[in-house]
Amino acid sequence: MTLRRLWMLVLTFTLTASTLFAQPQPPVDGFVPAQSLPPTEQLPAAPLLIAAYSVFLVLMMGYLWTIWRRIGKVEQEMQELAKRQSGQPR
Amino acid sequence: MRKAFVPLVVLGAAMFAYAPVAIAHTPYESTMLLIQKVFYFHLAAWAGLGLAISVCGIASAIYLFNGSKVADRLGVAGAELVVVFCTFGMISGSLWARKAWGIWWGWDPKLTMAFIIDLVFVGYILVRRFGGPGAEKLAAAMGIFGLATTPFIYKAADWWRTIHPQTSVMKTLSNTEGGAIMWSTVWFCIVTFLLLTVLVLAARTRLERLKTRLDELYLAAEDL
Repeated sequence: MTLRRLWMLVLTFTLTASTLFAQPQPPVDGFVPAQSLPPTEQLPAAPLLIAAYSVFLVLMMGYLWTIWRRIGKVEQEMQELAKRQSGQPR
Repeated sequence: MRKAFVPLVVLGAAMFAYAPVAIAHTPYESTMLLIQKVFYFHLAAWAGLGLAISVCGIASAIYLFNGSKVADRLGVAGAELVVVFCTFGMISGSLWARKAWGIWWGWDPKLTMAFIIDLVFVGYILVRRFGGPGAEKLAAAMGIFGLATTPFIYKAADWWRTIHPQTSVMKTLSNTEGGAIMWSTVWFCIVTFLLLTVLVLAARTRLERLKTRLDELYLAAEDL
């Protein structure tokens, strides 16, 4: 019987012990320095957001430029070929 | 298309110029705040990829079955755009993840599948470029395979355990405060990207058409 009471006491203490640690934190007196925040909270969002939109702009402009350049190159080659053909004796 | 091309380019440019203004006016999402605004171009880029990959896959199938040159040109144009959009989707997602998840990249199913699809279409372009005779057919098969993997990328977050939000997250947008503005901006960006996709496809197929014409001119010159 005593052993059972002892087990009950241990069990009750174990289950309620967590509430001791779950007490509200003492009120913060003043600002919390940013260094104590988790790393993701410390990271500024604006540069990442600007980077994301800039990447799109650079990537798409670069790709459009390659299309424009390739079209220009093919058209130039076609003109040169036409010029060569017109100058050739038949 | 030729007559409508210039007005559509002007319209597309105006829409792209206005998009950042529309995005700036959307409300902040409560947990991610500013970084959540990457979402508007991120999602729209995947929508553009969806269109490009469909065009490439369907055009590849048509080319394989009846050898249509027009379909072949569309396939090449679509494949290049898939690489552009997929690369942007992964980079923008990575920048968003750095802030939201604390990591640049994670090998979870959705992200890994996106990476694989990018590699498949880089492979498509390399096969076209260096594959030699018959490379068009091999590349077309890759295009069909690429299209077949699309549903798996889209549903990966629903089917497997992943840190990426599920597709059902979009439904919650309507219930949030300012959800109507967020939805209208999402649709505005999607339409803008789809218009861009159509215009770039048109420009890229024109390049392929010119290349074919040049080849024909060279062949004609050899016959003379």
